Amino acid sequence: MSGAQEIQVQDLTKTFGGVTAVDHVSFTVNKGEILGFLGPNGAGKTTTMRILTGFMPATSGTAKVGGYDVFEQSMEVRRHIGYLPENPPLYPDMTVGEYLDFVTRIKDVPAERRAARVDDALQKTNITDKRHELIKRLSRGYKQRVGLAQAVVHDPDVVILDEPTVGLDPKQIIEVRNLIKGLAGSHTIILSTHILPEVSMTCDRVVIINKGRIAAVDTPQNLTSQMRGGERVRLEVAAHESALQEALGEIPGLVITSFQPVSGTGRLVVTVEAAAGKDIRAEVAAKIVGRGIPLYELRGASLSLEEIFLKLTMEDPAQKPAA
Amino acid sequence: MRTLYAIYRKEMNHYFVSPIAWIVVGVFLILSGWFFNRILAIVIEQSMEAMMQGMRYGQAQNFDVPGVTLRAFLGVISSLLLFVTPLLTMGVYAEERKRGTMELLMTSPVSDTRIVLGKFFSLLTLYAIMLLPSMIYVMYMFANSDPRAPFKLIFAGYLGAFLLGGALLAIGSFISSLTENQIVSGFITFAIFLILWVIDWGQQGQGSTKGAILEYVSIVHHYDDFARGVIDTSSLVLYGSFIVLALFLTVRSLDSMRWRRA
Repeated sequence: MSGAQEIQVQDLTKTFGGVTAVDHVSFTVNKGEILGFLGPNGAGKTTTMRILTGFMPATSGTAKVGGYDVFEQSMEVRRHIGYLPENPPLYPDMTVGEYLDFVTRIKDVPAERRAARVDDALQKTNITDKRHELIKRLSRGYKQRVGLAQAVVHDPDVVILDEPTVGLDPKQIIEVRNLIKGLAGSHTIILSTHILPEVSMTCDRVVIINKGRIAAVDTPQNLTSQMRGGERVRLEVAAHESALQEALGEIPGLVITSFQPVSGTGRLVVTVEAAAGKDIRAEVAAKIVGRGIPLYELRGASLSLEEIFLKLTMEDPAQKPAA
Repeated sequence: MRTLYAIYRKEMNHYFVSPIAWIVVGVFLILSGWFFNRILAIVIEQSMEAMMQGMRYGQAQNFDVPGVTLRAFLGVISSLLLFVTPLLTMGVYAEERKRGTMELLMTSPVSDTRIVLGKFFSLLTLYAIMLLPSMIYVMYMFANSDPRAPFKLIFAGYLGAFLLGGALLAIGSFISSLTENQIVSGFITFAIFLILWVIDWGQQGQGSTKGAILEYVSIVHHYDDFARGVIDTSSLVLYGSFIVLALFLTVRSLDSMRWRRA
């Protein structure tokens, strides 16, 4: 593990009444890293984040932020955490500057540092020109930036962002993502999302969470490449379906998942899949060429992050692509 | 302390930047001024009648115009409080919960107790700003009566009004912490105040234990003592207990938000 661990979560469990929202979740986040929390709605992302921010206690397990226990030393943890809930917690009747000043005060920033901290947060989130505007007059995108500014205004070590791009238009989404990337390095960041490209674009590591359990932890690249390679192959051949099926039927465990005739050429585009981790490219090529079927193209098709996500979070095995 | 003051300061700004404070204070002063004027006119009329009757029967009667006016006026203030305080408290927590800013406060290094105290002190300040100008009319009347009436009465009466208001504000804040809906909060607060108002009705002079208990917990009953210039320890304890209990329950109520799902 390179770098110091800023956040350590061990066997964290949270139940509400009889419902388990977070179930024995463990992960760590290194200093300066951006960790993505990926999962469908209701997966337990917000609950985990709320436990880390000291908003609610866990039922069992421990979580430490900067070495402080989130329950035992809640006040210390809160001093070191900036948090942007799903709906930015704004006071519409305040100006942006007044609001950020208020946040530095409740975050217990010493008086002599407050003005500088507000300037810095305004600058980091590119809203210096909106300083004297009433928050209620701002657009959704600007409100989100004020929310971000609020999360970093006391210069916290850890910044926790719950669905920071939800409800924004595409241009605003890109702006907010860039802002978040700009914060990395000087802050350790956890952000939650249910949008997959967001994770590959902004995060160093991903925790995929579903039904309160962690389904996978890895870098976005690894998650994609893990599933890439031999097990899924896309072919373009000039043959009849039946001939092809006969040829490929000799490979055990192989399933043809789609046939698509290419119009006017008599060729077929076919996708075949085998069990994960099994490289079938050479075998498929040998069988087809061995039968004298003209092969125009053969390549390993990678699963998109979306598909990996579905594979990992889909409960019913019958709905998984046959393996 | 710094964080408590931050909350207090934010609340005060909120009252005075938005029209809330100006409207509530303004309307209260207009109404209380009008009532004072009417009460004084009626009491003076009554005193004239009493004087005439005294002369007719040959025995001079002392009629305490300032005292009677003050008592009636404080009665009117308490009735106005019944309506005004739910308006002041209904949004205190309900609005923060609805806007999601409660989450900001509760994840900041500010204890729940400080949040509650900061908000309560700001309500008390706003209430004092609303109440104190009405003291001027009363003081003017006391200073110009003959013989000059003791100012002690005014201070006792206004101490009562301040404590009664404090208790109502604390109770109203607690109700507001239970819901996200301001209207629900305001309405329930109003209903509870009405019950507190009438709780000892029909119990006077019955001599039963139940009646004595109800009379003791009736915040209005103790208020009358203050209006008569009596500062009774039991009254101070009662209002103090109401305030402390309501604030304590509010802190517990904030804490319980941490255990709920949404």
